[in-house]
Amino acid sequence: MSPELLIAMLASTAAAATPLVFAAMGELVTERAGVLNLGVEGMMLVGAIAGFAVGLHSGSLLLGYLAAAGAGMAMALIFAVLTLQLQTNQVATGLALTLFGVGLSAFIGKAYTGQPIAAVPHLSLPLLSDLPLLGPLLFRFDVLVYASFALFFAVQWFLTRTRGGLLLRAVGESPAVAHAIGHPVQRVRYAAVLFGGACSGIAGAYLSTALTPMWVEGLSAGRGWIALALVVFATWKPLRVLAGAYLFGGVTVLQLYAQGFGLHIPSEFLSMLPYLATIVVLVLICRDGRTILLNQPASLGKSFHPDA
Amino acid sequence: MSTPRLALHGISKRYPGVVANDGVSLVVQPGEIHALLGENGAGKSTLMKIVYGVTRPDEGRIEWEGREQRIDSPARARALGIGMVFQHFSLFETLSVAENIALAMDGADSPAALAPRIREVSERYGLPVDPDRLVHSMSVGERQRVEIVRCLLQAPRLLIMDEPTSVLTPQAVQQLFVTLRRLAAEGISILYISHKLDEIRALCDVATVLRGGRVGGRALPREESNDSLAQMMIGRELAPCRLTPREAGPVELELTQLSLPSADPFGTALQGIDLRVRGGQIVGIAGVSGNGQQELLAALSGESRVAERGMVRLGGQPVGDLDPAQRRRRGFGFVPEERLGRGAVPSLSLALNALLTGAGKGLVRRGLVRPAAARAFARTIIERFGVKCRDERSVADSLSGGNLQKFIVGREILLAPTVLVVAQPTWGVDVGAAQLIRQALIDLRDQGAAVLVISEELDELFEVSDRLGVLAGGRLSPLCDPATTSVAEIGRWMAGDFGTAHTEASHAAA
Repeated sequence: MSPELLIAMLASTAAAATPLVFAAMGELVTERAGVLNLGVEGMMLVGAIAGFAVGLHSGSLLLGYLAAAGAGMAMALIFAVLTLQLQTNQVATGLALTLFGVGLSAFIGKAYTGQPIAAVPHLSLPLLSDLPLLGPLLFRFDVLVYASFALFFAVQWFLTRTRGGLLLRAVGESPAVAHAIGHPVQRVRYAAVLFGGACSGIAGAYLSTALTPMWVEGLSAGRGWIALALVVFATWKPLRVLAGAYLFGGVTVLQLYAQGFGLHIPSEFLSMLPYLATIVVLVLICRDGRTILLNQPASLGKSFHPDA
Repeated sequence: MSTPRLALHGISKRYPGVVANDGVSLVVQPGEIHALLGENGAGKSTLMKIVYGVTRPDEGRIEWEGREQRIDSPARARALGIGMVFQHFSLFETLSVAENIALAMDGADSPAALAPRIREVSERYGLPVDPDRLVHSMSVGERQRVEIVRCLLQAPRLLIMDEPTSVLTPQAVQQLFVTLRRLAAEGISILYISHKLDEIRALCDVATVLRGGRVGGRALPREESNDSLAQMMIGRELAPCRLTPREAGPVELELTQLSLPSADPFGTALQGIDLRVRGGQIVGIAGVSGNGQQELLAALSGESRVAERGMVRLGGQPVGDLDPAQRRRRGFGFVPEERLGRGAVPSLSLALNALLTGAGKGLVRRGLVRPAAARAFARTIIERFGVKCRDERSVADSLSGGNLQKFIVGREILLAPTVLVVAQPTWGVDVGAAQLIRQALIDLRDQGAAVLVISEELDELFEVSDRLGVLAGGRLSPLCDPATTSVAEIGRWMAGDFGTAHTEASHAAA
């Protein structure tokens, strides 16, 4: 295999993994606060169309991404008001949010189908990007790939090193105790849900402006659900989420090349592979059911009444 | 006399339909260990919540060190110098000790920065605590130490202890008393809430007795007897239960080399438990909860299936593979530890809750519920066991813990089981009702049933048991005769120290 091919494969792996890193990292923070938001897919789609539309009209991708994060947060806010304020069931509300997001994005996106948009630019540093081998390996990805790594380090640092992260984990572990000691459980959960929404929105925008720079109805193709599964099978640990996302990206790219080589395997089966491989590997990693039970935030998915 | 540390004047608190506190006055001096004594529902907890700023009083004044104060939040109470150790610990299980303490401190210290201070305080007061350990790996006694250290780090001048010994081994209780006396000697006042008379007489300088929300009396506990204190507390004399010796019948419940891994990752696996309970016999199992009690109860009730069906036998028949309903049909009765959710369905009426386990006793005919019979059965339970409720249509949720417990125990006893397993029969039940429940268990035994009582209350087990064992670390001690065994010995067993000699002796005898 030539180095060019390897580098090309690496680049597409990173591109396939990045939206998962964003969506799953956001959901991880939400779940560590004890809130299960199954609306990731819906928030991604709404973020995707918001980012695409704003980016196209304004001509600024930065504005597009801000709009995508804002749209994701708006969706998350609906979820937060319903589940945290009105105490609706988190699972049902999350599913409804996804259905809503699918429909809303398709409705808004009607006018944008098939329109071209300038893709997110790739990093181009004088000297560094031109280094032989190292340059393309490290310094020629698009900006969001670097941002996703920054997000990983930030989440990891926040959860393990800061008082805010400690409080977030404590709220996810036992909202009742946190409340008794005098911590603002609801505010922490709101913040965590909104953060998850923003991340999902960005993940969606990445799909419509970087991975395939155009709008197609339902273009997230179940990646929101993979992100959700990643969080569980990564046992709520950021490093494992990152690894899982890259595994998914890697298999996605491999199967694309396999299709290119004209193997006699139905392409539907090959397209299925990344999903299958990611789930299988993650399930194998934690085949002892207790691993998940031990790491799961104890209050995950349960409503909490602060005045009880 | 110096300025009192805390003085309450005419505190009243009313809830819809209930007067929790009615003109309660109380004075605590510096360095005094002050007992607040009373039955459940006497208003002790409400009063302490008022002092700690969780609840606001409707009437009355609070003076702190001579100055009138409004305490409207726990943070305000902590700022004044009031610390509280809760009855149900307020700790996060998956976090470390230092992280737990950091979360409760009002300053923004990091867990790492707190660790040396935690070590210093824990050494000074003889409360060994490792700041880096995760709370879920700690015993109840250790957790309580964490709570106390957490309070002490804030340098309180008044420490409120809400029933601190209810979950401790006798040795741990002695240790706690040493610490509390030492704190008092340093000038810290302690408000000690309990209904255990022995402890109050051993530890406290002054006692205020609450009865029905009012001050029922004040006493110097060292000059009182258990009987006189109990009389102040419940307003009448209390006859102790009577356990007359009785010939035991055939073995009704038998566990043979019962081993069971725990379904809960934080649980305790059972290891080779051998146990025989005969008809007309009450066997008590002591031990601090978390030592395999949950797992043993699940194996007995049928909620957990055991590896070999012969490990659990009812009336000689192997039942290890039977589900709870099948076991009940063979005369098995069961009172779980959790009342709401396991013992009763919270949102259903008492009549329907009676039906849940009484279905086999003529309350259902040809698949159809007989509502009148179910209601009549529920009414019988309510009358016989003095359950305080509106009527049999009240929902289970609306009853106080003690009353619901009377109802559940009553339901199981009236079903006339041949084997009855009861977990924590009187947990949270007031003294009078506890007496009634214990007597009912003894009556059932006298009718020839085999009764197994799993409890954390040693006094209770000594009162009702014919034979007594201890469950520690998933292993069962040999059974002993409570009449010839000391509390101290049971305490050693509770710490897991059975001694190999004992076990071998019991194997040889078996």
